[in-house]
Amino acid sequence: MNDSSFNQREFIRKIRLRKRTVLFFQCAILVLFFALWQFCADMGIIDSFIFSSPKEILFCAYSMIFTNSLIFHTFVTSAETVAGFLISTLLGTGIAVILWQSSFLNEIFQPYLVVLNSVPKTALAPIIIVWVGNNINSIIVVALLTSVVVSILNILSAFNETDKNMIKLIYTLGGNKKDVLFKVVLPANIPAVMNTLKVNTGLSFIGTIIGEMLVAKYGLGYLIIYGSQIFRLDMVMMSVIILAILSTVLYKGIVILENKIVSKVM
Amino acid sequence: MEYVFKAENISFSYYTLQGEQNVLKDISFGIKQGEFVSIAGPSGCGKSTMLSIMAGLIKPQNGKTKTKDGLKTGYMLQQDYLFEWRSVFSNALLGAEIKGTITEETKEYAKSLFEKYGLTEFMYKKPSALSGGMRQRAALIRTLVPKPDILLLDEPFSALDYQNRLNVSREISSIIKKENKTAVMVTHDISEAISVSDRVIVFSKIPAVIKNEFEIDMPYDSLRRDNPKFTKYFNEIWKELQ
Ligand SMILES: Nc1ncnc2c1ncn2[C@@H]1O[C@H](COP(=O)(O)OP(=O)(O)OP(=O)(O)O)[C@@H](O)[C@H]1O
Ligand SMILES: [Mg+2]
Repeated sequence: MNDSSFNQREFIRKIRLRKRTVLFFQCAILVLFFALWQFCADMGIIDSFIFSSPKEILFCAYSMIFTNSLIFHTFVTSAETVAGFLISTLLGTGIAVILWQSSFLNEIFQPYLVVLNSVPKTALAPIIIVWVGNNINSIIVVALLTSVVVSILNILSAFNETDKNMIKLIYTLGGNKKDVLFKVVLPANIPAVMNTLKVNTGLSFIGTIIGEMLVAKYGLGYLIIYGSQIFRLDMVMMSVIILAILSTVLYKGIVILENKIVSKVM
Repeated sequence: MEYVFKAENISFSYYTLQGEQNVLKDISFGIKQGEFVSIAGPSGCGKSTMLSIMAGLIKPQNGKTKTKDGLKTGYMLQQDYLFEWRSVFSNALLGAEIKGTITEETKEYAKSLFEKYGLTEFMYKKPSALSGGMRQRAALIRTLVPKPDILLLDEPFSALDYQNRLNVSREISSIIKKENKTAVMVTHDISEAISVSDRVIVFSKIPAVIKNEFEIDMPYDSLRRDNPKFTKYFNEIWKELQ
């Protein structure tokens, strides 16, 4: 064993140790939080009718899995969210392409996009429900709406920042605007589109929950509203926790997909 | 010798909100078959604009360009701009792909160029796996695959450091000679211009007119830089650029 490889191993060992220590404290905080919550509820320091408790939440989840199809509610929310951010990313890319190819259209629509972007989309949810109807479609539309404008703006600005010389290269090889789009602008901006997809997952969740709170008969947003109306705080807390796990899983999934695609393309 | 390209009284201006920028003023020159011509001139004088006009990317407001019928131009930009999302080989086929002329024959031709210029083992790598000089050669292959009759080179080596630059410029220019191509190269490096060209056209500062032309009367080989005429040409061109 020579010195440098020993040092290298020491270096790796230290980094691993550090990682494990961080993970340990992260888990410890979580466990401590729930333990403290449970302890306070048991001791009567907090009113478990209002604050619920981890035990009650677990019990609620356990019973709802069998009687109230908790898995179905979770599935509905995930499906609506995924539909929301997928459609929004596709639509955003499509509209960005249209605006990119005509700087004239781009200039005309710029102020509208800026205004639409600053309108709180949740304020539009009741209108959408009236227009689209009291069903799952309007939830998807609300989810879509929360993220589509910002997708258009982000993707369009990425398109417009494509290296001018790469575009010139296509023209020197005898290409036209279509070649510029398909051979440079789209492939060069795959990372930007993937990044938009990532941002959209979070926004799409907001839209879905708002929509569900307003109209749905299923989904975690519905459970939250229903639970709060019948004062089942355990049901509300459980839904929030499932929502947190769900959004983390989705986000991580997109990040893994992003890394795969970008490392393949770039 | 016949001319493959002629510029006749070309004038060009850019129009912007800030005002009018007259760039080229009454430029006339001809390029003969097989000739290697350099255009030298101070920075910002309109050399790249001239190449874009020659390539037909922009139209001059006055004067015209005349080309031999069916003349195909190949343009090499200041940097290689190899696309990272394609393999080196697929980068080289970009021109043929755009023209819709990818055939087994083009692929074979591209492969033969890769072999000739020592890049065969890097063909299916990503461009980032190549050194600066190799990237420049790959970019040249991309320009050569559509079989252009005249090559337009816009400071093709400016992205390289000095040592590399000497080697790569020698290498690339000898490739161009070997392929027996006509070439026009823009540069602001006087030694580079003298060591590779048959003729050097000197542009004045903006708005550019042709200040002078120099026939470089030396045998083309790697010893040009040691030839006593080299210093003479260098001083003459240098004086013109002042
Ligand atoms: N698209 C444009 N719009 C307006 N002005 C331009 C444009 N492109 C170039 N110019 C101006 O025209 C002049 C000539 O530009 P050009 O790029 O042809 O010069 P150059 O000789 O190639 O310069 P360099 O040695 O720096 O490459 C410059 O002053 C530049 O500022
Ligand atoms: Mg230039």
